[in-house]
Amino acid sequence: MTTSDLESNQKRNPLVGLVEGVGNGVLGVFQTVGGLVTLAVQVVVWAVRPPYRLQNLFAQFDFVGVGSIVLVSLTGTFSGMVFATQSWSAFELFGAESLVGPTVALTVTRELAPVFSALMVTMRACSAMCTELGTMRVTEQVDALETMAVNPVQYLLVPRVLAGLCMVPLLTMIFDTAGLFGGFFVAVPLKGLSVGTFVLRTQNLLAPADIWEGLSKGAVFGFTVTLIACYRGYNAHGGAKGVGQATTRAMVDAAVAVFIEDYFMGLLFHG
Amino acid sequence: MSAEPRKPPMISVQDLWKSFGDNQVLTGINLDIEEGSTCVILGGSGSGKTVLMKHMIGLLKPDRGKVIVDGEDVVPMDDRQLEIVRRKFGMVFQGAALFDSMTVYENVSFALREHSTLSEEEIRAKVREKLGIVGLSNIEERYPAELSGGMRKRVGLARAIVLDPKIVLYDEPTTGLDPITTDYVDDMILTAKSELEVTQVVISHDIASSFKVADKVAFLFKGKIVAEGPSKELRHNPHPELQHFLQMWFGKGG
Repeated sequence: MTTSDLESNQKRNPLVGLVEGVGNGVLGVFQTVGGLVTLAVQVVVWAVRPPYRLQNLFAQFDFVGVGSIVLVSLTGTFSGMVFATQSWSAFELFGAESLVGPTVALTVTRELAPVFSALMVTMRACSAMCTELGTMRVTEQVDALETMAVNPVQYLLVPRVLAGLCMVPLLTMIFDTAGLFGGFFVAVPLKGLSVGTFVLRTQNLLAPADIWEGLSKGAVFGFTVTLIACYRGYNAHGGAKGVGQATTRAMVDAAVAVFIEDYFMGLLFHG
Repeated sequence: MSAEPRKPPMISVQDLWKSFGDNQVLTGINLDIEEGSTCVILGGSGSGKTVLMKHMIGLLKPDRGKVIVDGEDVVPMDDRQLEIVRRKFGMVFQGAALFDSMTVYENVSFALREHSTLSEEEIRAKVREKLGIVGLSNIEERYPAELSGGMRKRVGLARAIVLDPKIVLYDEPTTGLDPITTDYVDDMILTAKSELEVTQVVISHDIASSFKVADKVAFLFKGKIVAEGPSKELRHNPHPELQHFLQMWFGKGG
């Protein structure tokens, strides 16, 4: 009697509902993070254990890396151009146009390149990854692997996460190049800055450490976004609808994770 | 014949208990499956059939009890030991679970590439042989999406038997199939028994099909095997739940 009274009282009280909602949300976050960490450990352990399936690995390198080159080059070029145009109009006000080159270079190499490359990979490759793994899960193809004495984490997840870890830094380099080219194109041919000023100023202010910062961010983001896509797909359930929901959640989680990690890595490098 | 010493069963489940949270799924299962026989585990949905089968292959660990497969208890085994035991099994899934990014040939040859060092020619010969056993030819380059439901099941069986397992498990092999395809799948199970001499375990709620293929039927109800025996005997078993279940089919069929 007392329990049911308590339950009905709780239902009537909106505050309890609110606290319950927040609590469930927090629990959900912890559950996801816990699941991701466990999966990350499994991926690392299975990555070092033989057999090594190089063919699967290279197929994922091709899918995640080579397949994203055009997209990353395009977004890189236009990001550089947009950034150069905007900073030109600001620097023009106090005659500091010569700083456009290094501004574009620093922003692109440290921030834009790793973040955008990871987001492009999330959009293009991780969505496909999550859907494919989710479909394999709900049609029992993952169970089939297991009953054939093939570890699904090693067979399916390791090559995908390694591809993210290795390919996003490479895509970051391509983004760097494309972004600088975009900035150069706006500043030099379009706005009339001299080639020498652009190159010299950029050379003076851009250090190898800035490029390393971007590349290491790229590696961390690449690992994270592919891991999240694999986690969501691998744990999908509930048929076609479940796979769709898993993909949506993977995209949202991956994008948010990139920005959160970016902030904390920024603190690590400059905090 | 009676003078022959009795062989130990290929699979022996002893006092198996399993719960998920508060939900008791298996409550003391005892079941012996003889080598070379076909045993159907019959039961309605939620009776614990799939959970029982997952214990046989070591995909789930019980709360207590033993599952002895070919003389070894799989319950205390770690992942590596389980991988070795799993090679004794071939499994045919409800929806065939063929890898849809691979051709029929790649599907059937998958386990050979993973677990053997055969040359490409030997692999091809083996794949042809297994596809031949299940009555299929000239479909090696097709993708699963291009096959009918019955053909997919047959390819699933060819993939399951490619490593010459001792035991073949079938998960609801006739669920959702039309009567003609159901017949086709039943014949497939009977052919596998006569040609391969393997021990077969079929999980099913399809009464007609179960009675057709089984040497022994075990009726699972609320986590317990409440009746078991050869199909003819089982039909006359007085257990009320079994009779109620059988009534659904035989009552309808007249």
